[in-house]
Amino acid sequence: MNTRGLRSQLKDSIPVAGLCPQGQYGVQDSLRSGFTSAKNELLPSHPLELSEKNFQLNQDKMNFSTLRNIQGLHAPLKLQMEYRAARQIQRLPFLPSSNLALDTLRGSDESIGFEDILNDPAQSEMMGEPHMMVEYKLGLL
Amino acid sequence: MLHSLKPCEQQTGGFCFENSRRNTVLESNLSELGYKAPTARKTGTTIAGIVYKDGVILGADTRATDDMVVADKNCMKIHYIAPKIYCCGAGVAADAEITTQIMASNVELHVLNTGRPPLVAMVTRQLKQMLFRYQGHVGSSLIVGGVDVTGAHLYSVYPHGSYDKLPFLTMGSGAAAAVSVFEDRFKPNMELEEAKQLVRDAIAAGIFCDLGSGSNVDLCVITEAGVEYLRGYDKPTMKGKREGQYRYKPGTTAVLTKTVTPLSLDVIDQSVQVMDTE
Repeated sequence: MNTRGLRSQLKDSIPVAGLCPQGQYGVQDSLRSGFTSAKNELLPSHPLELSEKNFQLNQDKMNFSTLRNIQGLHAPLKLQMEYRAARQIQRLPFLPSSNLALDTLRGSDESIGFEDILNDPAQSEMMGEPHMMVEYKLGLL
Repeated sequence: MLHSLKPCEQQTGGFCFENSRRNTVLESNLSELGYKAPTARKTGTTIAGIVYKDGVILGADTRATDDMVVADKNCMKIHYIAPKIYCCGAGVAADAEITTQIMASNVELHVLNTGRPPLVAMVTRQLKQMLFRYQGHVGSSLIVGGVDVTGAHLYSVYPHGSYDKLPFLTMGSGAAAAVSVFEDRFKPNMELEEAKQLVRDAIAAGIFCDLGSGSNVDLCVITEAGVEYLRGYDKPTMKGKREGQYRYKPGTTAVLTKTVTPLSLDVIDQSVQVMDTE
């Protein structure tokens, strides 16, 4: 397996926050992201936080790159097109979506992990503010 | 801290790390004041397994400790994973319990998917991949044993994700005591009764020589024919029977005077609450 190719595709998989503040014009957006603290930005609050946030992403990237090395470029391209299509099957942003097609493609409908048991989004006590979430989704916010 | 934009992003399931910073601050403040933060309940265990002539025998003690206090005198540490695959769990009690339950569900889904009975190697592989993903923060060490189409197998999986495949294994705080018994008397292809006695002796060594293990010995015998779960196979810590009687016979002391004062009490209310002792 071409490990050098693998590393080049994984090098940007875990984004480091805090080097460029999120607001417009690069100024810290206190209303939206809260107060700043250099430690909050640079150090994760828990060693697993970063790796868990990007776990699914990293798994997909690794699988696609292996598939590319074995079967050629067409295989991940076709699969990624299907993923993109399946990801668009969603309900309105503030309602919980089942992501059934996406789960079937990924194969995660055949396994149970902590993401199915703990913190199930379908059972969260808070619902997002509908207007704000739709505006965020449309990019108007 | 609830930022305004956070709810707008997609909610995912799984672990939530919002409180980790608060917890570290709380812990450091508490330790300044001299208090200790509450810790997770560990099982402080002795678990063991051997491969004998017809299959696998798993054994465990039954004490669960909360630091220096015994939290449960008779807990079950041998968990079901598949009809002929069982798993002993040591380490943090909740982690071991939930990990084995997730594994059992995954194995069932896999069986329905492939249409074949599960392999012990499959269970071990899924376990070690999951434990490695969480980098040892899921503190459960497990011994997985069972019989599948390829024969009888015994694996041990450590909290960080490494595993061993050996004919006899012990884990937990009493592992050193139990493995010394195994190292002395283990032979390959033992008979059933001899093997049961050996596992019982190893767990008893853990019970008597390790403070974190105690109470009874549970055994689980897995063969091609089926599973025999012997809960409470041996109770080495049961109180002995008293040999003599220390009561005096009636009439030993002479009665000089006797006065009876009846107390007039009425029974107002009677209620029976059954206590769950099993």
